Amino acid sequence: MCLGVPGKVLAIDGLAATVDFFGVKKELRLDIVDEPVSVGDYVLNHVGFAIRRIPPDEVQETLALFDQILDVTGAKADLMAEDVRGEIAAAKDKG
Amino acid sequence: MEKSVARIGLKHGSGGRAMRQLIEDVFLRLASPVDGIGLAALDDGAALRVGDRWLVITTDSHVVHPVFFPGGDIGRLSVSGTVNDLAMMGATEPLGLTCAVVLEDGFPRGDLERIVASMRETAQEAGAPIVTGDTKVMGKGEVDGIVMNTTGVALTDRVVTDAGLRAGDQLIVTGTIGDHGMAIMSRRHDLRLEGDLRSDVAPLNGLVRAALRAGGEDVVAMKDPTRGGVAGVLHEMAAKGKVGIVVDDAAVPVRDEVRAAGEMIGIDPLLVANEGKAVIAVRARSVEKVLAALRAHPLGARAAIFATAVAERPGAVILDTGFGRRLLAEPEGELLPRIC
Amino acid sequence: MATKDLFAELKFRDPARARVLADALRRNVDALGRPVSIMHVCGSHEQAIARFGLRAVLPPALQLIMGPGCPVCVTDGPEVDEAVALARSGARVCTYGDMLRLPGTRLSLADAKGDGGKVEVVYSVAQAVELAEQHPEDEVVFFGSGFETTAVATAAVILQGVPKNFSVLSVHKWVPAAMQVVADSKETRIEGYLAAGHAAAITGWAIFEPFAARTGSPVAVAGFEPLDILAALVKLTELMREGKAEVFNAYPRVVSREGNLPAQKALWKVFEPRTGVWRGIAAVKDGNLDLRDEWAAIDARKRFRIDTAPVRDDDAAAEAQGCICGSIMLGLAVPTDCALYGKACLPESPVGSCMVSSEGQCRIWHTYGGVPDLRKVG
Repeated sequence: MCLGVPGKVLAIDGLAATVDFFGVKKELRLDIVDEPVSVGDYVLNHVGFAIRRIPPDEVQETLALFDQILDVTGAKADLMAEDVRGEIAAAKDKG
Repeated sequence: MEKSVARIGLKHGSGGRAMRQLIEDVFLRLASPVDGIGLAALDDGAALRVGDRWLVITTDSHVVHPVFFPGGDIGRLSVSGTVNDLAMMGATEPLGLTCAVVLEDGFPRGDLERIVASMRETAQEAGAPIVTGDTKVMGKGEVDGIVMNTTGVALTDRVVTDAGLRAGDQLIVTGTIGDHGMAIMSRRHDLRLEGDLRSDVAPLNGLVRAALRAGGEDVVAMKDPTRGGVAGVLHEMAAKGKVGIVVDDAAVPVRDEVRAAGEMIGIDPLLVANEGKAVIAVRARSVEKVLAALRAHPLGARAAIFATAVAERPGAVILDTGFGRRLLAEPEGELLPRIC
Repeated sequence: MATKDLFAELKFRDPARARVLADALRRNVDALGRPVSIMHVCGSHEQAIARFGLRAVLPPALQLIMGPGCPVCVTDGPEVDEAVALARSGARVCTYGDMLRLPGTRLSLADAKGDGGKVEVVYSVAQAVELAEQHPEDEVVFFGSGFETTAVATAAVILQGVPKNFSVLSVHKWVPAAMQVVADSKETRIEGYLAAGHAAAITGWAIFEPFAARTGSPVAVAGFEPLDILAALVKLTELMREGKAEVFNAYPRVVSREGNLPAQKALWKVFEPRTGVWRGIAAVKDGNLDLRDEWAAIDARKRFRIDTAPVRDDDAAAEAQGCICGSIMLGLAVPTDCALYGKACLPESPVGSCMVSSEGQCRIWHTYGGVPDLRKVG
């Protein structure tokens, strides 16, 4: 199951990095990552090797992509409505 | 169905379908009628009528390795496991526990003393005296370190089985799931995972007492999700109650570390053993009361309503993932981590 | 950014956004006005689809089919025989867990282990190297399975330098070849392809452009979260509506146009693509990644004279028993079409490779409840 949980680099020792995945730590090799990695970066793991340094704006970029896809298909308005409905429901739960 | 095998395999001990099949095909031949709940019910324990009360008996063998694991050890596991099986039948005041030990030649005495100290502590926590035992030693290589068996007895006025689920009932889990199994898995295999993955092993009789006090007869079924996990327990409750169960995935409490570890090794926390949790089925009208009582107890702080019994598709356990619904399969054999 | 925000699990698994994407998908498929078949070639995609029950939200006219995306499943019997033969001749064979129970023409590595062979399951090729260091008295052979995403790790350790007693038996496979096999198949009705996100992290998405042009089918590179998959499908069906045989990258956080250049460099320094036989599918052009000649000293096939005769059974075939894995892997059949599925063929007693591997379609369907779409269950 390789959904590719991104992990945060906590420490680097040569080609080895200690990476944190939500409180679970693992040592990853940095031999074949696409860009130089620093402590604090997020990386994608596959069989113990970092295969991608995930750019810090990835979440925003991806959400923007999803929104763009929805925009083109005219669905963005639906999503905004959903968000509002979600917010109203959340407020109700708290109230 | 499944063809019968010539040899017992590891899968027959992992709490899933294969084990159930073996018990049904072979061990049930031992069953005979009793005044109460006997072998044929395949519940967490037996309940025998004594006067106007029930004597509840349960037995468990423990072969966990490693013997010492984050959050506990085989001693705490043995005592908790038996106390919990009694509690799942509604018997929350154990009269006494037995402790039989088979040791391998060469087993370190210091380890044994540590285990016994842990048993003592856990027994005190549960208010369950250990009253008798047995000791055997086998040759090197004839047994793996240590095997423990504990039997527990208790009296109760009302027995709660695992067969009482009806359509409309709600299911509560008393806390986060997958903690024990994920802690063991991440240590045992050469997965090189470090993290705060600790077993939840604990005696639950106090917690269950609180639930029963709050819900009374509306607490209709209980089971602790040990081997086979929550999925295994739900399948049994659905089959015995002849109802379907729909699980709300988003409502299942899971610790971040357990979730992350599960994603990394490809194992679903719903399939993995818990040693300090219970699944409690409650009639809808009392579920909030029982939930509140659980949450007020230190071991039940993260209790949550996570599933509902339905009339459709009796015996099926369905997972609502938030996107769509799919069947939650019955646990099979050994869970093996996957590469990622 | 806090860890929780970055993982943003809830956002990539947000049911509200998923519903909206599913509606958009439905509109596109309705506009196409006919049944539509889209193929993906990745076991992890099938796992995500099955795990989240995504087929239940797809419009009925859209068929999302799994192709040959399970590298263990397509590893041929004779290739496994080589590993088994090595284990039986005393080598310490290290393998990823999935490959342990895949039968060769007769025996699996699990069988070899049961007979006293030194077979070890590893979770990283680096572990195999460690084992070689810990056992200088043994010949340690790493049985390298998996697509290019996994092959790059094998390449990396080789380039780092390995102990004298370490060698590699490569059965690595190449994903783009898998897509070509399907496109070339006369029976295919596939109109669009979902490309595997993590393989594309390595190769980049530009390599799909010639494929799209040649086949006239659009390709969308997709990640593995539910929203990733749905968004890619929306985009793909949009391209199909517009008649555009283009490549769209729906996984920009992981995949770039050129891909991971250091990883590609390492990969092609060590491996080269060769035509190979894929289990159930016969010859696949450029389907296998073999070690280049300059690595002969650590290529197990050249270092040892592997004699598979004692372990081979040329007459044995799962097909004889009714196994249709070959058709399933080509996307021409689904597990529920197979008479053995869920009865004689189960995870604990698999007949075909699709049930052995955790990335095999039959195993995935069985694990996640046996049926892909609950709406079809009575």
